[in-house]
Amino acid sequence: MSGRGRRARWLVVVILAVVLTGTWGESTLWAQPTDAAQDGFVPMDEIPPEEELPAAPLVMTAYAVAWAIVIGYLWTIWKRLGNVEKELADVGRRVSAGDRAGTGA
Amino acid sequence: MTRFLQVVWLVVRKDLRVESRNKEMLVTTLFFAVSCVMVFAFAFVRGGRAVDGAAAGVLWIAVAFAGTLALGRAFERERYQDALRGLLLAPVDRPAIYLGKLSGLLLLLAVVELVVVLMVALMFQAPLFEHPFRMLALLALGTLGFASVGTLFSAMLVRTRSRAVLLPVLLYPVTIPVLIMGVSGTNVLWQPEPDLAMVQLWTSLLLFFDVVFLTLALWTFEPVMTE
Amino acid sequence: MTRRLFPVLAGLSLLFFVGAPVLIVRAPYESTMGLVQKIFYFHFAGWMAMFLAIFVLGIASIIFLFRRIRSADQLAVAAAEQAVIFGLIGLITGPLWGVKAWGVWWQWDARLTMAVILELILVAYLLLRQYGGPGSDRLAAGLGIFAMANVPFLYISTEIWRTVHPRTSVVPTLPVDFGLPLWWSVAGFVVICLAMLSARRRLEEQRATLDELYLALEDEA
Repeated sequence: MSGRGRRARWLVVVILAVVLTGTWGESTLWAQPTDAAQDGFVPMDEIPPEEELPAAPLVMTAYAVAWAIVIGYLWTIWKRLGNVEKELADVGRRVSAGDRAGTGA
Repeated sequence: MTRFLQVVWLVVRKDLRVESRNKEMLVTTLFFAVSCVMVFAFAFVRGGRAVDGAAAGVLWIAVAFAGTLALGRAFERERYQDALRGLLLAPVDRPAIYLGKLSGLLLLLAVVELVVVLMVALMFQAPLFEHPFRMLALLALGTLGFASVGTLFSAMLVRTRSRAVLLPVLLYPVTIPVLIMGVSGTNVLWQPEPDLAMVQLWTSLLLFFDVVFLTLALWTFEPVMTE
Repeated sequence: MTRRLFPVLAGLSLLFFVGAPVLIVRAPYESTMGLVQKIFYFHFAGWMAMFLAIFVLGIASIIFLFRRIRSADQLAVAAAEQAVIFGLIGLITGPLWGVKAWGVWWQWDARLTMAVILELILVAYLLLRQYGGPGSDRLAAGLGIFAMANVPFLYISTEIWRTVHPRTSVVPTLPVDFGLPLWWSVAGFVVICLAMLSARRRLEEQRATLDELYLALEDEA
């Protein structure tokens, strides 16, 4: 397997490890009671508890979004860098081919 | 110093002379501003009465839109026959050119704002003449803040491809503080019992903004315009 | 320099990523807001990273505009993208917190409002670089300086704008809490920001090299 392929694999493994660890951490969040001391603070305190939004999905979504954005962005950099390096190799070959073909033409 | 001011005056005079030939920019910008106010009036007047606080907003939006239009036109002129290059090649201080264009624009906007303010006061029953000097200060400082950033950006974009659409895209977010300060100050001033300390606060903030951004614009005009 | 720096930063980022959930879970419940307040650790950290990126953008823009150092320009582009990314994180986590705490998705909280405006300015920066054509690097540098200079004005004007208007209900602003999980998250996001910054800058650098090679190729032909 090429050097780049190996590096890519490593990155995937690392990202998976991070995601799994994080998910383990957050799964303990799920175990917490979700309506702990929230009454009396939100402006709509006349609303009965069953109409209040459950907080846990919001928190999960927030963290998931933050990570998704970071990882997604890193992936776009990775992809773009790969494209540019491929083109660089291409052009490098063309330049050296031009050199070998001699001057003129 | 006097040479600097001479250059500024020369640029202003050039612009005034060009404008006085056919008055195109003045008339079109004025008419545009008036149409703006009318459109917003229809948006914010319900049952023959204006929505609370709409007057200040309408005023400043009209200023912003008309100002953007004028800015685009002001530098569009310089593109013909490489006039801008000629201007930049002249052996004068570049910031003087910037100040000259800014002053010309401020004169134009002053005329436009006169009409717009009167129109807004009329249609929205705003107490325009209660505190005329404070009103004048707010308008002047706000317009200066908007125009100083606008003149720089407009000059920057004069050779850019999508300049017509890029100018508002760049200008509006950066000048939102001016709009916030201007609208809030005007709103407070047009209350039945205005909180003059608050108006003073907004006016001082506008002054602060103007000082900082005018200085920044003067400082960056040369390197930005140089090839 | 980037080659050596990036693995270090990446390693540190991992450390923070792994440690953060543990610390956040262990953090005590905030007495009035309960669970949903825990969004705040990432939300605030996102803001800090965004401000760092804007600061880098401003300084790099000044250096490029007055010294014409090409790598400063590359750094500026990278920093602008980071600021957009972290601003986006803040702008999404903010309403997610707010819908629970305020009852509405958007309530013109002063700092969120400021963040939206800053995000607009930064997106405008990226649009200028994308569609501005040749010479847009200098123009963007000017805009970058103005963006950094605008931060205090945006902060002040949105703060006063929001505190002066009487509120119909008691609506709190987003809290600033101090504690280990918060600073851990902030440090983590800062490190992640720096890591992505260096990676993105490397991309710009490689693109510049590619352009030069193409030019060299054309010259030969």
